[in-house]
Amino acid sequence: MSKAKVITVQDLTKKFGDFTAVDAITFDVYEGEIFGFLGANGAGKTTAMKMLNGLSKPTSGSGTVAGLDVIKQTEKIKERIGYMSQKFSLYEDLSVVENIQFYGGVYGLSRKRIKEKTEEILTELNLQDVAKKLVKSLPLGWKQRLAFAISMVHDPAIVFMDEPTGGVDPKVRRQFWEAIYEASKKGRTIFVTTHYMDEAEYCDRVSIMVDGKIEALDTPDKLKEQFNAKTMDEVFLKLVRN
Amino acid sequence: MHRIKYLIQKEFRQIVRDKTILAMMTVLPIVQLILLSNAASNEVKDVRLTIVDKDQSAISQEMTNKVGANDWFTLVGTTFSEDEAFGYMQSDETDIILEIPADFEKQFYRGEAPQLQMLINAINGQQATVGSGYLSAIIADVNQDILVNEPVLFNTKNRQQTATVISNNWYNTELKYPHFMAPGILAELTALLIIILSAMNVVKEREVGTIEQINVTPIKKWEFIVGKLVPFLCVGLVLLTMGLLTSKIVFDIPIRGSLPLVFAYGIVNIVCVLGLGLLISNFANTQQQAIFVAFFFVMIFILMCGLFTPIESMPKWAQTLTIPNPLAHFISVTRKVLLKGSGFYDIRWEFIYTGILAVIFNAAAVWTYRKQV
Repeated sequence: MSKAKVITVQDLTKKFGDFTAVDAITFDVYEGEIFGFLGANGAGKTTAMKMLNGLSKPTSGSGTVAGLDVIKQTEKIKERIGYMSQKFSLYEDLSVVENIQFYGGVYGLSRKRIKEKTEEILTELNLQDVAKKLVKSLPLGWKQRLAFAISMVHDPAIVFMDEPTGGVDPKVRRQFWEAIYEASKKGRTIFVTTHYMDEAEYCDRVSIMVDGKIEALDTPDKLKEQFNAKTMDEVFLKLVRN
Repeated sequence: MHRIKYLIQKEFRQIVRDKTILAMMTVLPIVQLILLSNAASNEVKDVRLTIVDKDQSAISQEMTNKVGANDWFTLVGTTFSEDEAFGYMQSDETDIILEIPADFEKQFYRGEAPQLQMLINAINGQQATVGSGYLSAIIADVNQDILVNEPVLFNTKNRQQTATVISNNWYNTELKYPHFMAPGILAELTALLIIILSAMNVVKEREVGTIEQINVTPIKKWEFIVGKLVPFLCVGLVLLTMGLLTSKIVFDIPIRGSLPLVFAYGIVNIVCVLGLGLLISNFANTQQQAIFVAFFFVMIFILMCGLFTPIESMPKWAQTLTIPNPLAHFISVTRKVLLKGSGFYDIRWEFIYTGILAVIFNAAAVWTYRKQV
């Protein structure tokens, strides 16, 4: 990998009182890769991600996102990143178009650019027919894909996704990953957490977190070799059991 | 500025689609105004009286007749026995016992200044004070009548020159209770609904999770707060307008002062209570928490706002405590401007206090809003 680093993390730690949620993690993410961030429930994935996108203040350690400091330049970082949270975060009582308009406006896009973006998203997701429908009337799979598209409305360099495929059926998951590949092809870096191990196989590199620490980090093939496992599932179980 | 426009537009779209808020803006003020202005009355209309007449004379008869003919009093009974009268008081059937002692008339004509006894059930202080006042007036009246009608019995020296006080009810000449209550309730209602609406709104976004999405955008804290303030200020002004219209149409309240002045002050006051609502929302994670905290403030505000008990009759420390109560100022302004026709100079302190509170609450709301945990 000779590509530029877009995320660098050094000993990043987050404590809540006595509890250490994230324990001095260190890793780099390269430009344009799909970086899988794996771990069991409560391993500290979401907390680690929130420190990178400015929602959570690190207790210690340092890091950069898109060349900006995660402690001092959080507001600047927010202009360069997209975020799709675990909770569904579009306004259900606004229509598809109104949601695109709102987030476009909040990211400071011009009126003209918002119009272009709206057209683009509607065509790409094939949502023209329901453009004026309230988001709450859409099936979950459509909502998730719309949320993903909207998280990239301002063309961010990096997109953070926190368990984006939770609760959707396998067909929609497949579509969703196609959308992720599509975004990656455009040069975006994708940072995605998941606990579906089959999804880990789709990533360029994966890291596996156990109890706040990163226990493994490599390409899926090399990890399987290293742990003498056939699937990522096995890798994960071996790590968690130890 | 560009971003705020989108925040405000989004908020308006949500408000228009929210049927609860629409009902709160229209139906609620009308129902509350009509109901409360009539029901929440401090007037003492029906004082129940028992007369213990031990004298059975012409004077005691006249007194009984006079009291019986008066609209304010209901004569529960006339009796000879004090015990019977006390029984009425015990079982809460009477508010006042008037005891006319034996030989009252005799002593009166002898010029010995006999004494009547008035026993008042003071559990309801208002009823007691006002009732005894009415009764004293009637007795004085009877007294005067005798002096005037039977001058022969009294020599001129004894005839007292009494100074009578004639009262004129200014600003609400006909003493119409709704005229006094409606402007106050109108102010109370506007402030109250706005505190609750704004507190709930932000917490709802926190519950649903959209606030996290907002926090990961480059929105500035003050932009977020202003984006909430402007739409809810408009909701508040609609409420105020609806309330004024209802008061005018239903109760025909006088509007003596300037309406633009009422609205100008209304804007300051609504911004102030909005700031408080938003401040509350910063400390609540669920709508349930928000509503409980909001209720804590709202209860104190309502009980100490001068709507039901005049601020002037509160103890000094309590009067001071009404200064940080935006409701008290709002009620004072609507009453002064609508009923008395007061101008800006007369309500300058309300403007100043509310303005200061508005700055404090809103600054605190911006300051305590956390984009990062």
